[in-house]
Amino acid sequence: MQSTPATLKSRAAAVLLALATLLGAMPGHAQLRLDITQGVRDAVPIAVVPFGGQAEGGENDIAAVVANDLRMSGRFAPLERRDMVTRPTSGGEVRFEDWRLLKSDFIVVGRIEPDGAGLAVNFELHNVRTGASLLAQRLPSTEKGLRATAHRIADLVFERLTGIPGAFSTRIAYVAVDGKPPAQRYRLIVADADGFNPRTVLESREPIMSPAWSPDGQQLAYVSFESKLSAVYVQRLATGERSRVSARAGINGAPAWSPDGRRLALTLSRDGNLDIYTLELATQQLTRVTSDDAIDTEAEWSKDGQSLFFTSDRAGNAQVYQVRLDEARKAERVTFTNSYNARPRMSPDGKELALVTLDRGGYRIGVMDLASRNLRVLTNARQDESPSFAPNGAMVIYATRDGGRGSLAIASSDGAFQQRLSSDQGDVRDPAWQPFATRR
Amino acid sequence: MKLMHVLAVAILSLGLAACSKPTKPDETTAAPTESGAAASGVGVGVDAGAGAGTATQLTPQQQALAAIQQKNVVYFDFDSSEIRSEFVPVVAAHAQYLVKYPTARVRLEGHTDERGSREYNIGLGERRAQTVRRALLAQGVAEAQMTTVSYGEERPAVEGSDEAAYAQNRRVELVHAQ
Repeated sequence: MQSTPATLKSRAAAVLLALATLLGAMPGHAQLRLDITQGVRDAVPIAVVPFGGQAEGGENDIAAVVANDLRMSGRFAPLERRDMVTRPTSGGEVRFEDWRLLKSDFIVVGRIEPDGAGLAVNFELHNVRTGASLLAQRLPSTEKGLRATAHRIADLVFERLTGIPGAFSTRIAYVAVDGKPPAQRYRLIVADADGFNPRTVLESREPIMSPAWSPDGQQLAYVSFESKLSAVYVQRLATGERSRVSARAGINGAPAWSPDGRRLALTLSRDGNLDIYTLELATQQLTRVTSDDAIDTEAEWSKDGQSLFFTSDRAGNAQVYQVRLDEARKAERVTFTNSYNARPRMSPDGKELALVTLDRGGYRIGVMDLASRNLRVLTNARQDESPSFAPNGAMVIYATRDGGRGSLAIASSDGAFQQRLSSDQGDVRDPAWQPFATRR
Repeated sequence: MKLMHVLAVAILSLGLAACSKPTKPDETTAAPTESGAAASGVGVGVDAGAGAGTATQLTPQQQALAAIQQKNVVYFDFDSSEIRSEFVPVVAAHAQYLVKYPTARVRLEGHTDERGSREYNIGLGERRAQTVRRALLAQGVAEAQMTTVSYGEERPAVEGSDEAAYAQNRRVELVHAQ
């Protein structure tokens, strides 16, 4: 048996190579794409005119990236290009009466210029009704960095018009699965928030789940079954360097970073019973937090780092509890609406929890206000799970099922809209939105 | 050993045939998971006939194993970790084998259907695996012979989002080594 894995592996490699040759072109990574499933009521009409100095329609088409970001937020309805009669590239060229006729409230124009060895992107935001200039900036860029610059422009425009910082320059982590059971391939992927630039962080024939960003946005903790048993790993994205931080007997799951980045909350099992622990990463010191007979899992830190929210079925079915990390470690139930509430995730301001709730027969994403305990349900499908707040709190990314396949979707935190991010291959699931700390 | 080899090859080729999306050769898994995939696939993909074909070369233990492996999955009701009456004999057959061959090892893999939260389902799968473990323990199997693992909803036996698929995915697989 000892020599078998190597033999099988080379055989597998040979078969894969043969298949790849047969097919000629090999598929790339799962790429997410925003599907506009519905028009959004009350979305602000805005014209993002193709930028001067670049051909239209390429992958780096700045205006297309900006318009897509703004559309993804659900708060803006970008004007279709075919309806644009002119292509101004600076505020001085804009004839505002034309754009009033097109019913755009705002207009973004700009152009790309050579700047030393690199590029510079000039852009302006104007109010179409008044003609007032709201933003005008020159951003240094490079040929390769144009998409990043475009996301930055979308961030600035979003913030100028809504008062909320844009989250378009951040990234998302998620798990993609292809192949039929039982022979599936699991990949942990990190992509731009709009689904572009997917990069495989880890690939395995065994399950990968529960990616969680460190507060500085530089590392991911996740669960991998690559050793046949579950273990929690921490991986630094810039270098790929990773360490196995928990591979104790039984279950090692549901990692969540403390706000200071020094500890992970984990789910471990002893005698088959799942409980919450905290692990000091530098010292490996483990502290038990819950010791109930029930399933206690899916911990999430309060913003002050003094307590944990978690899922437990100690009262018979899954509900969310809060436990203070003091001597008493007394757990208090916080969800009372609906018979199933699980997987709490904290909003960036620490005031709300996104969770999975069983609402009128479907597992849906809800947001609960911690002060009032009011629960608002954001989604309306049957199997929505794994909510994660955008770092600006304006949106929640989550996993849903679409035609039997897992896909990702985005809902606005106020429940006004949902939009789907479809994948061109495989199942995608377990999304986690990167926090803001990495922004330049 | 020979049986395991045959089974492993059969399962791997099955797996490769089913894996319709090849990736770039330089992207093949960095993790040493081939043996894991084969071992954990035994519960689902085994055609008992493969073992029977080589039966003349098998030791009595291997024959006994091949016999009980024809039924090596215990299925559960929704949100339940009770062993249904029709699976009591299945568990008993595995218990007898494990008691008779004290060096034999079994891995109890708990699974759920896809509904609900993923990590919570890891807990439900573990609870099912522990139920089977306790039943085996009660029938004289030594603790050291058993390990449990829960995959929650991560490793479905079949695809699908209907009750028929759910019923096949709520299960504990008894995966024998040795």
